[in-house]
Amino acid sequence: MALIDIRNICKTYDLGDVKVNALCGVSTVIDKGEFVAIMGPSGSGKSTFMNILGCLDTPTTGKYLLDGVDVEGLSRDDLAELRNKKIGFIFQGFNLLSRTSAIENVELPLIYAGMSSRQRRDLARQALDRVGLANRYNHLPNQLSGGQQQRVAIARALVNNAEIILADEPTGNLDTKTSVEIMELLVTLNQQSGITIILVTHEPDIALYGRRKIRFLDGSIVEDV
Amino acid sequence: MINISLTIRIALRAIKVNKMRSALTMLGIIIGVSAVITMVAVGSGAKQRIAEQISSVGSNLLMILSGTTTPGGVRMGMGTQPTLTFGDAQAIQRECPSVQYVAPTHGGAAQVIYGNQNWSTGITGTTPDMLYVRDWGLVSGRNFTDDDVRSAAKVCLLGKTVVDNLFGSVNPIGEVVRIKKVPFTVIGVLESKGQSPTGQDQDDVIYIPITTSQKKIFGTQFPGMVRIIMVKARSTEELSSAEKEITELLRQRHRIGPKQENDFTVRNLTQMMEAQEQSANVMTLLLGAIASVSLVVGGIGIMNIMLVSVTERTREIGIRMAVGAKTWDIRLQFIIEALTLSMIGGIIGIIFGVAVSEALSYFSGWKTLISPFSIALAFCFSAFVGVFFGFYPAYKASMLKPIEALRYE
Ligand SMILES: Nc1ncnc2c1ncn2[C@@H]1O[C@H](COP(=O)(O)OP(=O)(O)O)[C@@H](O)[C@H]1O
Ligand SMILES: [Mg+2]
Repeated sequence: MALIDIRNICKTYDLGDVKVNALCGVSTVIDKGEFVAIMGPSGSGKSTFMNILGCLDTPTTGKYLLDGVDVEGLSRDDLAELRNKKIGFIFQGFNLLSRTSAIENVELPLIYAGMSSRQRRDLARQALDRVGLANRYNHLPNQLSGGQQQRVAIARALVNNAEIILADEPTGNLDTKTSVEIMELLVTLNQQSGITIILVTHEPDIALYGRRKIRFLDGSIVEDV
Repeated sequence: MINISLTIRIALRAIKVNKMRSALTMLGIIIGVSAVITMVAVGSGAKQRIAEQISSVGSNLLMILSGTTTPGGVRMGMGTQPTLTFGDAQAIQRECPSVQYVAPTHGGAAQVIYGNQNWSTGITGTTPDMLYVRDWGLVSGRNFTDDDVRSAAKVCLLGKTVVDNLFGSVNPIGEVVRIKKVPFTVIGVLESKGQSPTGQDQDDVIYIPITTSQKKIFGTQFPGMVRIIMVKARSTEELSSAEKEITELLRQRHRIGPKQENDFTVRNLTQMMEAQEQSANVMTLLLGAIASVSLVVGGIGIMNIMLVSVTERTREIGIRMAVGAKTWDIRLQFIIEALTLSMIGGIIGIIFGVAVSEALSYFSGWKTLISPFSIALAFCFSAFVGVFFGFYPAYKASMLKPIEALRYE
């Protein structure tokens, strides 16, 4: 059974006088352990697609089966739990809590998983060690470089043993050298732990890390190799 | 569900980030709570003072006066038309089962002289039972007796104010004072009772046998007449039956026909004083209610700031939702934040309110009474304000769409 099974999804934004079709008739299947790079020009619907995959947003029409479960029938809290257990997010703008230490940021998903503080500490440390921030536990986001902040975000994404990591332009705010480091980290996670990684980028160099490439244009998939 | 102590830590951090804003928000609650505490303290202080005064006057008291209060027609003022007699008082004692003690009085104002000191005060001629009617004890000496009344003995009991003004530090027992030039032997000194509910000094009094007053000091053209008869009923429940029995008895004794008006008035002192106590209760309630309004205003301040906080932290809410925060996780976070604000404000307000009440009674002399109940009430009320006014902002936060919250600029 496929991990992600998308069937004929459309997403329409109703802006009153005009309707914007951000996604139109998108269907695809992604299996466990894949490393997918999503490409396409700005405004082609990549982020919209990722948000639907991450259960942050719902499609206007179509079906989305995650691990065989139709997410359409799930409540707000069911979706929150699904995100908590299965999905890790990495954003272009990092999206860390400000004035909150690296380790507390990483602990966040575990708090909502209801874990004890002792367990949280241990798992968060392990996750930060894994992304190479062993000596930065108590740094605040504004005391870390962009690359380090993105590593904290990756640690947060994988701390609760997520099966899927959704990364929307994770290297968009980083320089080339740091981008390469981040990508190598993601590759390691994919190969060593079998985490499914879906990555949006518009840089062809970055897209090369993906073993499968999906190209969006005007809200539809135009290439899938 | 996330755990509470962690949520409190998050709330405290959020409060610390905006110190000034949090302090100003709390100020609303501080003012509200301390106003409630102070106002209730002032109100219950007044109430307690009235209660003390009531018990100082004596309980279950009825006062019978000459004359009538019935409106209509030309009538004499109360007490000006002497219709009550010593015999009436004795009959009430004998024939009214609800009555415990009876004390007729007769007297007036006069100058009292001891050595080279003098003092003008009220002289009340009465019977020994007066002290039982008024629940009044002696600090020294003895009460006068029925024999003293029969023989119109020249003995007197002095109130504390009189003793203070005439004797200073001399022991008055056995000393001789002159009332309208008549020498009296001091046989007893009354306990201090302080002010009456109407503000009179109850200790500025001299009690002498009623016969002595009638024959030797305030002789009138109506011998055997008394001004006022004080009556103590057996219990509070029997006050109204005592009133009825006395009225019937006196109508009979005074031969008043069925259509005629009473030539006397029975006043229920206890009822009158309880009415005063009641009005103090109402005042306490009113003051508390007015102060509560400021607490509500403080609550609105919290709501206002929480709404601002939710808007400012939309992205944070989005991040929390993205990593798995459920509806009640978000709600609790903001409710606890509001609760923390209001409770800290509440505790400071309680301390402040207690201090203000103490200062008020110290500087203005008003009696204030801080009850644990009013503190508990203020505390619970401020908690309630936090939850009540925190709920809407928390609800709003929890209903944000995850993706819209995340994308909020
Ligand atoms: N919240 C929104 N409201 C209205 N239109 C939107 C919204 N989000 C995205 N869109 C539109 O949907 C289209 C796809 O956007 P997006 O998925 O962000 O593109 P990409 O990530 O590929 O640049 C764009 O035309 C954008 O204007
Ligand atoms: Mg995008």
